[in-house]
Amino acid sequence: MSGQVDRTGQAPVSAQADRAARRPRSPDGGLLPAGHWVGPGVWRALVAQTRIELLLASRRYESLLVTLGVPLFLLIALVIVPIVPGRDGARSIDRLVPGILAAALMSTGLVSLGIATAFERSFGVLKRLLGSPLPRWALVTAKTVAVLLTVMLQVLLISVVGGLLGWAPPGGVLGAVAAVSPWLVLGTIAFAGMGLVLAGSLRFEAVLAAANGLFVVFVLLGGVVVPLDQLPSLLATPVSLLPPALLTELLRGALEPGRRIDPIQAAVLAAWAIGLAAAAVLSFRSPET
Amino acid sequence: MTGSGSAGTQSVPSAAIRVENLVKRYGGRPVVDDLDLSVRRGEILALLGPNGAGKTTTVEIIEGHREPDGGTVSVLGLDPRRDGARLRPRMGTMLQHAELYSQIRVREAVELFAAFYPRPMETRELLARVGLGALGGRRYRTLSAGERQRLDLAVAIVGRPEVVILDEPTASMDAAGRRVAWDLLRSLRLEGACVLLTTHLLAEAEELADRVAIIDKGRLVALGTPAELRTTDIDDETTVVTTGKPGVAAGSDAAGLAARSPRNRRGKREVRLELTAPLDAGREARLARLDGVVRVRTVRPGVYVIATDAPGALLMELSGWLWALGIEPLGIQLGHASLEDVFLRLIGEGDRR
Repeated sequence: MSGQVDRTGQAPVSAQADRAARRPRSPDGGLLPAGHWVGPGVWRALVAQTRIELLLASRRYESLLVTLGVPLFLLIALVIVPIVPGRDGARSIDRLVPGILAAALMSTGLVSLGIATAFERSFGVLKRLLGSPLPRWALVTAKTVAVLLTVMLQVLLISVVGGLLGWAPPGGVLGAVAAVSPWLVLGTIAFAGMGLVLAGSLRFEAVLAAANGLFVVFVLLGGVVVPLDQLPSLLATPVSLLPPALLTELLRGALEPGRRIDPIQAAVLAAWAIGLAAAAVLSFRSPET
Repeated sequence: MTGSGSAGTQSVPSAAIRVENLVKRYGGRPVVDDLDLSVRRGEILALLGPNGAGKTTTVEIIEGHREPDGGTVSVLGLDPRRDGARLRPRMGTMLQHAELYSQIRVREAVELFAAFYPRPMETRELLARVGLGALGGRRYRTLSAGERQRLDLAVAIVGRPEVVILDEPTASMDAAGRRVAWDLLRSLRLEGACVLLTTHLLAEAEELADRVAIIDKGRLVALGTPAELRTTDIDDETTVVTTGKPGVAAGSDAAGLAARSPRNRRGKREVRLELTAPLDAGREARLARLDGVVRVRTVRPGVYVIATDAPGALLMELSGWLWALGIEPLGIQLGHASLEDVFLRLIGEGDRR
């Protein structure tokens, strides 16, 4: 309703003051949108920002090549050099695909998005956007949605190549994609949030190092290649509560024959997703020197 | 509560931007030091000052990008930090060191920001107005610095802002770009927008601004219309302020006082006289005694700058005297101190360290 008055232009000053007085005051630093930026206006802004994030992601050819190519390379390499043995009725390829999916998601959400956003921040693009009416949460959402669509593309490619290499999940490839979708969404929110927190709080060079470093650690310790139960137990317990391990475990639960989803793991990953997304919004404050 | 027109403020009632006793320190060092400033609706105010005077800091506090250490800032009656979400749809800003996405196309950038505002301008029309009509498909990365500033300006005003804040908006623009920007800002003013801009170009301030504020070391040293600043005698220890605050003389009054007080008989106007041959000593002395002459300075033989407080009378006297002597002047030009003279006198090279 209040948006309508704005659209027609100048409401009388008294009416504006009236409106201002009635509107609940929500501190700008809060997570929730304030003022009349709830409603059709913010939806339009969100759609426009998401569209541009996708468009720009598609123009980062080099980055796209890496995010799409590396997981496939990893998959093919691990099929040729079988480090991951088949076990409990699951063949090697069945045990590989969930880990590859997790690695692909982490490289897009944490590494690609983190570095691209840090780049934007160092050139003042973020400051420019945050000085506009686009709410911070809408910027984080737009970037996360763009990552999600890239992840879908990765899933498609990995499924096709996996299928060609003999991957045959219980419910068929389509059923498998449906089964992993909720966990991929949660994982995307969590890892995009992580990448954005890095971008929002560290210098560009530090983001570059941290994102790549974390990715390597996560691939090694997250159950991507080395199953969690093969880690020393002292390490396994804390690691199993971190997003990489939770994600791979959930994906394995959804895909590997004879395994099921652990609701506690699902809940913990959801908590990470919410926490990291909120932290990302907070990290996008205007800089204070 | 930071409601508009709150008690205890002597600022202009219709001020869209109001800054009172603003203080900002970086590591204990004050960068903005008890600054008062207000900009009305339908007014363009140019903020001038040497490098490091605190212009960008001031502007970024008004935009809500930085938190002040003291004082109050209100824009359209709102607190830029606390009420930013409600303020930003009504404000357009252009930052000094902020780029756009390097791979975004010109048209896409304007359309993106247009989508953030309730009733944006038409993209094609706006691009044509800033002179980027033919470059809509170009990537930001490939634009020249001046073209980027034109795009940045378009993005800043696409939402028909009521308050426009621009930090050195034309620094990289060519002369044509500057004209375009000035025309745009004038038309925004005509629509009732409040425009605050910083600049190092005194010509820009003179041409465009309704009022000019000069700050140095975070403090306001002069405020007035360009004409007021140029025609007011400024002693080193005098601050010319026309805020309308009690106790501080308005610029025009100060000018009148200066002209009448013998202490300040420095002359507000200057007549530049150019002859084909220098005057001899006797005639030079006679020149100095002509009606309305305050002081004569010989720039080089045959060229004199005559300070006067009665330019009309002096011109009559001077031309009559020259005619009687049979001297044909090469040029006689009436003018007064440029804003640049005023600026340099206020900021004083000797003050800088």
